Amino acid sequence: MSELIADAKMVQLNKQIERSEKSSTAVFGFWVYLMTDCVLFASLFAVFSVLRNNTYGGPSGAQLFSLPYVLIETLALLSSSFTCGLALLSAQRRHKKQTLLWLGVTFALGLTFLGLEITEFHKFVTMGDSWHRSGFLSSYFTLVGTHGAHITIGLLWMAVMGVFIYKRGLGPLALKRLRMLSLFWHFLDVVWIFIFTIVYLFGALHV
Amino acid sequence: MISTFASFLLGKLSLNQLPNNPITAGGAIILVLIPLAAVIFISVTRRWKWLYREWLTTQDPKKIGKMYIIVAVLMGLRGLSDVILIRLQQALSVGHAHGIISASMFQQVVSAHGTIMIFFVAMGLMFGVINMIVPLQIGARDVAFPFLNATSFWLFVAGMVLINVSLVIGDFAATGWLAYPPLSELKYSPTVGVDYWIWSLEIAGVGSLLAGVNFIVTILKKRVKGMKMMLMPLFSWSVLGSMFLVVFAFPILTVTLTLLAFDRTFGMHFFTAGHGGNMMMYVNLIWAWGHPEVYILVLPAFGVYSEVVATYARKKLFGYTSMVWAIWAIVILSFIVWLHHFFTMGAGSDVNAFFGIMTMIIAVPTGVKLFNWLFTLYRGKINMKTPVLWFIAFVVVFTIGGMAGVIMAVPPLDFQLHNSLFLIAHFHMMIVSGVLFGYFAAITYWFPKFFGFKLNERLGRYAFWSWLIGFLLAFVPLYILGFMGATRRLDHYSASLGWQPLFIAAGVGVVFIICGVVLQFMQLGVSIWQRNSNRAGRDPWDGRTLEWSLPTPPPSFNFARLPIVTKRDSFWYDKQAQFTDSRPYEPITIPKNSPLSMVIACGAFFLGFAFVWHIWWLAVVGLLVVIVTIIWRSMDEHTEYELDADEVMRIDRALTPKEAGL
Repeated sequence: MSELIADAKMVQLNKQIERSEKSSTAVFGFWVYLMTDCVLFASLFAVFSVLRNNTYGGPSGAQLFSLPYVLIETLALLSSSFTCGLALLSAQRRHKKQTLLWLGVTFALGLTFLGLEITEFHKFVTMGDSWHRSGFLSSYFTLVGTHGAHITIGLLWMAVMGVFIYKRGLGPLALKRLRMLSLFWHFLDVVWIFIFTIVYLFGALHV
Repeated sequence: MISTFASFLLGKLSLNQLPNNPITAGGAIILVLIPLAAVIFISVTRRWKWLYREWLTTQDPKKIGKMYIIVAVLMGLRGLSDVILIRLQQALSVGHAHGIISASMFQQVVSAHGTIMIFFVAMGLMFGVINMIVPLQIGARDVAFPFLNATSFWLFVAGMVLINVSLVIGDFAATGWLAYPPLSELKYSPTVGVDYWIWSLEIAGVGSLLAGVNFIVTILKKRVKGMKMMLMPLFSWSVLGSMFLVVFAFPILTVTLTLLAFDRTFGMHFFTAGHGGNMMMYVNLIWAWGHPEVYILVLPAFGVYSEVVATYARKKLFGYTSMVWAIWAIVILSFIVWLHHFFTMGAGSDVNAFFGIMTMIIAVPTGVKLFNWLFTLYRGKINMKTPVLWFIAFVVVFTIGGMAGVIMAVPPLDFQLHNSLFLIAHFHMMIVSGVLFGYFAAITYWFPKFFGFKLNERLGRYAFWSWLIGFLLAFVPLYILGFMGATRRLDHYSASLGWQPLFIAAGVGVVFIICGVVLQFMQLGVSIWQRNSNRAGRDPWDGRTLEWSLPTPPPSFNFARLPIVTKRDSFWYDKQAQFTDSRPYEPITIPKNSPLSMVIACGAFFLGFAFVWHIWWLAVVGLLVVIVTIIWRSMDEHTEYELDADEVMRIDRALTPKEAGL
């Protein structure tokens, strides 16, 4: 009878293996999810590319965009990606305070980016160049806005993550989630680089 | 003041939106009565607690799979009642007669039929079978993300409820099942019909997308040790292919629907006729999802046929490796044929030629699969059960439909056949034989594993023949009508065309199909009635794959001891070697039940409903419910419990028959 029950040592070992497998499965799953998000943005980029010259008498990208302004936005987001990496590094060394600090900096930079973007949107809308104006502007607001919506979700996640780490410390669960959050954040950075190039640079330079 | 408040509270919703003609009113009353009857029945029999604990909050993919199939069958009946209306209308609305429903109503019925059959019947059957079988076949105790899996299911239900609500309040899209603009734009479809279509598919689509992610990870990461990729059963391979398509195609659907919703709700100009919109972009986008969707549905059914053929022929599957490569060839090619749905767009001869050739090429891997199945049957000791009959019908019908497809792949011919009933006949032959018959075979084949008794064979055969005769009778006339120039979604035609006899023949075909459906329900009823004389053990068909090694019905954790896999069809060879497992038992971690998946789906439902009727406070509430529930769930670190080894042994012993030697 007793030889039919596995001994405690073996069970313990198997449990550890199972736990680390589960964590890597979750991160892999998150990668697959990011691929779906990638297709989502790819579709929006395709739509933007089709509609970018359909201004219907309204303003074109070159008339609307101010490259220095977008550069500041870009720098805010890129540096937030760097600080997000620092947060993950501190978390891996189990430095709770440092992790929270870097997460806070990342949050502030992300919020700055979002604020700049909303201000820009607001300016266009009050100038009468909202999404009603033309196919080009519809696709501009939707593509850039979808990225902004993702950033908003990322910020919300970061806030929840901060509370979680503050209250419960840096356990394996917190680390796993932080890893996924940083994947998400870097992914949004990459998407922004494409937006910066395709929407703003090409738009401003009449490519 | 009061009217502003009312419009804030209710958006565009008002009592005028209730049904105002006898047919919709009848449908609406039935749709209200069925859930009401269910609620009364559950209350009278005091089953709420049981329902809540065993089903509504379950995380067990086997139970979730059963619920998918129940929903799909109910929706199948709804889709079938649409068919009855369509056939009656087309048989009667000739010359001076105008049939039983108005033209706009007819368009709604046709759109609802297509949408429901694809999204809520075919997808439901597919995810149901996948949920029930894939973990068992790959030797897993669960899917990779059980909570996410339950959420996918409940989102599917939320979408289903929303599309049915459209029958009770408001109306449904009268734009065909893919709602092409500019017809589907606000200017030409000012009612809420198209919005219902958009949000119902959006919600169900997100559910499918998440399920796609889940099953990719499940198959790649949760296979039992020893089961290398090339040792995997063909059904699981097909599901992997199909889920890759889901992951790459469904985001395109999400985007397309969202953009159409933005056009309609926020006055954007993606697909409008003016202001720089581009309506052909919609058609491209929707088919960039839509064509892979066909293969999403058909690949798992191909997988079912692979299992059925090998099992009932009592041979190993012919050409395993080529089958796997055929799946991946189909996966890749299915993304580069979408333009054949609209050769008439005017993209130029080079573009049309490319897509025409690609379309013909995709018939090649499909042909490889057909021949492999036939070679598997060749010289097998075939056990001629109903699943094999469904397979043979599939071969015949799919080949006829496929040939029609190759004809339409030639652009000049397509210019004649585009949007005609010839096309309708073609894709019904592909989808009904390639999807529906496949899942009928799957249900008959795997039924004993989950319920412990077989389905009645005789009634199954009767149902099969009614279906096959009815199906051919319903669709062969449509090929002919298509050649004669009858277009799709035709609500009225001139008597001088001489089409009426053919439409009546098609209607008679539907009568046979209805008989088939009735026989299928009788088959289920009789099988339950006579279950004691129909008992099936673990392995009623002398199966080859791991699910047949499990007790019937399998325990919630599937495998008390994870199986040992060393080759393809390992279980088959274990049986011959009379292998008995005497390894020790270990504790098993099991996910706890959770009602939160349902709560998330409720939030999504209200979000969708609010967008349909422009009730903005409700949209905010719905969104908040979704977000807060997700955060709430993420704070819970105790989502699993452990079954200790003694308990596992006790359950396993209780389920193991005495003769197994323990």
